[in-house]
Amino acid sequence: MQELIEILFPNGVFHYAVGGIFVGLGAALIYVGTGISAGASTFLESTLSYVSDASRFQQYRPSRDWRVVFTLGIVSGAAVYAVVFQGGIWLTEVEPWRLLAGGFLIGVGTRVGKGCTSGHGVCGVGSASGASIVNVAVFLSIAVGVALVMASLGLGVAR
Amino acid sequence: MTDRRVLALVYAGGVLFGFGLGFSHMARPEVVLSFLELYDFGLLFVMFGAAIVTGTAYFAVPRLRDTAPITGSAYARRLKTLDKNVVIGGGIFGVGWGLSGICPGAAYASLGIGNYIMLYGVAGMFAGAYVQGVVRSSAADETKAATADD
Repeated sequence: MQELIEILFPNGVFHYAVGGIFVGLGAALIYVGTGISAGASTFLESTLSYVSDASRFQQYRPSRDWRVVFTLGIVSGAAVYAVVFQGGIWLTEVEPWRLLAGGFLIGVGTRVGKGCTSGHGVCGVGSASGASIVNVAVFLSIAVGVALVMASLGLGVAR
Repeated sequence: MTDRRVLALVYAGGVLFGFGLGFSHMARPEVVLSFLELYDFGLLFVMFGAAIVTGTAYFAVPRLRDTAPITGSAYARRLKTLDKNVVIGGGIFGVGWGLSGICPGAAYASLGIGNYIMLYGVAGMFAGAYVQGVVRSSAADETKAATADD
């Protein structure tokens, strides 16, 4: 049993579970105080409403201010972690083209699919929403497939 | 302009949220990709840990009171209509997630831990959101014009 746990979780589970609880507390605090289900991907479209008149973006005008503040909060909270626990900056070794191309598909897919890992994954699953559970099952299984293909091409990064 | 008290609370929630993404290492694409390559299953603890906390709040709070104290809004669950877009969008998102190991919230948090290389990812996300938004807006406008002609 101990062995199995070490195989499945080579880096332990403590920081994962504690981090997840903080993510949940952040979303729960906003929900309890305001009734808002905070998702991170709508920020992309609502922020574009400052510079584009397209109706898809303008529909988010009423929420765009708090969405900017939510994103600034996420950046700040991560910076607190970096200062207190990380001691300096951390840089990824994932190639920029993968971030750029992956980011583009994420921008399209999360907006067409009505949410991302926070909206569907945290708030939607937390609401026991059927649409969110389907969305998470789809993006999770496809992402595993793509990552395994990348790894089989010698582009894996697991550590 | 949104009420200042709402903005203050959203900021505080965002700080907790971002701290959690930093602490759980979800702000590091390598760690997310290690999960997707089925090497380290720790991400499940992050997702379930978060969903259990929010699930408790979504379940319990509406039974204790009817409206949120700051906005006066009724408490609602986060429910979206299940249609083909939910599946198609989830699939496109999945390809991007598997390719890069980033998602929107984690990408913002990644900037917070000093990973300025993530600006590529954030730029890509804005570009993708912009393209789908412009295409779908003009499609919606055409539908509206066609309906008006009838």
